[in-house]
Amino acid sequence: MLAMNYRGPYRVRADYKPDPVIEHPGDAIIRVTRSCICGSDLHLYHGLVPDTRVGTTFGHEFIGIVEEVGSAVQKLKVGDHVLVPFNIFCGSCYFCDRELYGNCHNTNPEATAVGAIYGYSHTAGGYDGGQAEYVRVPMADIGPTVIPHDLHEDDAVLLTDALPTGYQAAEMGDIREGDTVVVFGAGPVGIFAAKSAWLMGAGRVIVVDHIEYRLEFVKRYAQCEVINFKEVDDMALHIKKMTDWLGADVCIDAVGCEAAGNAMQTLTGRYMMMQAGSATVLHWAINSVRKGGNVSIVGVYGPTFNAVPIGNALNKGLTLRMNQASVKRHLPRLIEHIQAGRINPREIITHRVPLEEVSDAYHIFSGKLDNCIKTILIPPGARH
Amino acid sequence: MEHEHHHHRPMPDRSTIQGWGADLDRANRPAVPMERMPQRLDVPEGELGQQPRDIEVFVSPERPGITPLFGTSAPPRGLSGLLRRIAYKGTENDIRHWLMLLLADRVDMVEGIGEDLARGKVPNVLAEMGIKAEWEHNKAGLVRKAAIGAAVAGVAWYLLKRRRSH
Repeated sequence: MLAMNYRGPYRVRADYKPDPVIEHPGDAIIRVTRSCICGSDLHLYHGLVPDTRVGTTFGHEFIGIVEEVGSAVQKLKVGDHVLVPFNIFCGSCYFCDRELYGNCHNTNPEATAVGAIYGYSHTAGGYDGGQAEYVRVPMADIGPTVIPHDLHEDDAVLLTDALPTGYQAAEMGDIREGDTVVVFGAGPVGIFAAKSAWLMGAGRVIVVDHIEYRLEFVKRYAQCEVINFKEVDDMALHIKKMTDWLGADVCIDAVGCEAAGNAMQTLTGRYMMMQAGSATVLHWAINSVRKGGNVSIVGVYGPTFNAVPIGNALNKGLTLRMNQASVKRHLPRLIEHIQAGRINPREIITHRVPLEEVSDAYHIFSGKLDNCIKTILIPPGARH
Repeated sequence: MEHEHHHHRPMPDRSTIQGWGADLDRANRPAVPMERMPQRLDVPEGELGQQPRDIEVFVSPERPGITPLFGTSAPPRGLSGLLRRIAYKGTENDIRHWLMLLLADRVDMVEGIGEDLARGKVPNVLAEMGIKAEWEHNKAGLVRKAAIGAAVAGVAWYLLKRRRSH
């Protein structure tokens, strides 16, 4: 089959590799109809995630048609069109019992600090991802959700990660009516976090980035205020001035380890790898939120350590909440929101690229060229 | 008092904001509380069963053993595999574990080029890096990078030549 093939930092290509097979009686094989490139795929693409092996296939946002099921699969049927949450989870371990599906204990032997994720290095379990024609989907009766007939395929693929992650970011911010919410990052997750903040009753939503076309988009799409941090001397001071000198009630990090905006963080975090990426947004979030406020983190960081002003978080009495999204628990409510017209996820899609052109697709997304916000890869058999 | 008035700026008109307040009630927020028991997912009865292990799979020392399920992509190989084997002797709590994996990743990249060549395929590195897209959407950037590259190569060539002539 044709699949994305990682060759080293900044180098990927479409290549032929053997089709996946059933490896456990609970598995299914899915024929992919759409997959996305996620902002967090760029951390892999840039070589920042430990144990990212050459020859692996990325892709944790995909939908497709069930091609084959293992002997233990009871509910999922061949021919079902399913969306597959990015988490691989068993549904029955200590953590799944508590609905922490992003923290499953039974699917990733290589690390306890990370759940299992499709196509996200061996640190996340060593599974191949969905930027391919076919993909092995473990726990087929647990993870995949059959796509309702009235749900557009492009909305469905955004329900596998980007929308639930943005929504959970707002949820973890514990937003109360009238709160001022600052979202760092105007990528897909930040855009959806801003939308979700309104759903939860925010009084004011402010999105921070430095990419002008993305700020223009989010201002219109999420009806929010925007700040271009390149035009601001000091982020915390700027937010204080905007909020009667108190700070924001909630700050959301939707950027993670490749944040721009601070030369020292960029140098030590991204180029010298002396910390697990640049902690610029963590710094801004802790220093811009009000005393007693909430910082919610969904931006991805590496497993080593980061330089963050934890003393300020202590002295300000902050609540810091963070996690990989437990996608499955969000799906029923988010599907309702889409069906009710409260959110139109697919409007953020800017690029549709044949899987064969995956090298260019990654470069465009990584370089933020051609006003790219969200890229969908379409395998050869799924073009219609 | 002015300071008690938190929201200095007039609130936007909520009725114009798509979906405002639909999940104001916490009961509508699907991941609140974070740990929720019993879980709402319908999980079929029965044992999970162990996936057969036909390739080398590393296990974190912070676990009692292999997980019932695991990925089988790109088993360890060559020198990078040796480094990974050593790395997985250390715990996740030990920074050296992660640093050694990052080193192994860089070695793996070189081994990947060797693998391509052994198969009679010369990797088209520029195409893999998306040079076509760079040419289409960022010509100025591409020209600048090419000019810097040429200048660096020129200076290096000059310095080498000068050293030889001494």
